[in-house]
Amino acid sequence: MTVEALAKQLSLTALCLPEADRTVEGCYCGDLLSWVMGRAKSGDAWVTIMTNINVVAVASLTDCACVILAEDAQVEPQVLEKAQVQGINLLVSQKDSFALCAEIGALLS
Amino acid sequence: MNDAVVLHFDVDGENFTSAGEASVQVKKTLRQMGFPPEVIRRVSIAMYEGEINMVIHAGGGKADVTVDSDKIHIVLADKGPGIADIDLAMQEGYSTAKDNIRSLGFGAGMGLPNMKRYSDHMEVESALGKGTTITMDIYLS
Repeated sequence: MTVEALAKQLSLTALCLPEADRTVEGCYCGDLLSWVMGRAKSGDAWVTIMTNINVVAVASLTDCACVILAEDAQVEPQVLEKAQVQGINLLVSQKDSFALCAEIGALLS
Repeated sequence: MNDAVVLHFDVDGENFTSAGEASVQVKKTLRQMGFPPEVIRRVSIAMYEGEINMVIHAGGGKADVTVDSDKIHIVLADKGPGIADIDLAMQEGYSTAKDNIRSLGFGAGMGLPNMKRYSDHMEVESALGKGTTITMDIYLS
């Protein structure tokens, strides 16, 4: 399933979608960046409430398909700019991490 | 490949928002050189953790990456406070990071363990009050 299709299914708001046709292969949820860095897999949809600029670097280096910000977490403009430049898909939802992961799990299984 | 490609970066210890730029640059370069995605991922994650450590603990440092025909060699050197107990620092979950660093999502005690996990060979040399040098190799099979 592409990031764009996932966004539609989960009614996510796209903040920045430079690679909308990336395939979502799995899902990882976590807010400790170093932990995510060690465990998230390439192609994962990463669900987090973290929004600082280092999130973009972690998303880029783990090669995850997209970052989904849970619970309407707010993003600074400079984070969005960096995500756009580095080709990181960034989306936001009002739902919490558990609800998002449960829905993604159902869609991918 | 006959000649090794050498990349050098000065890691700015004052600027937390630009931390990771050297790793992202290495990732881009390796991608342009046509390396497999898994090799690129391992190198860039190992390097990012080292880069973040230098920013958090050592006030910056220097990163040198050598791309050879059989391996990618990374040297991260800083003049920070050094690591008192390397075995302890290598344990998952052990961290000396302050609360302000933890609030950014770092300080999970995964930096050095991740570097070990994603490299094929890693050495840590550290002297208290003088600094730390970490070398890592990722072999190209």
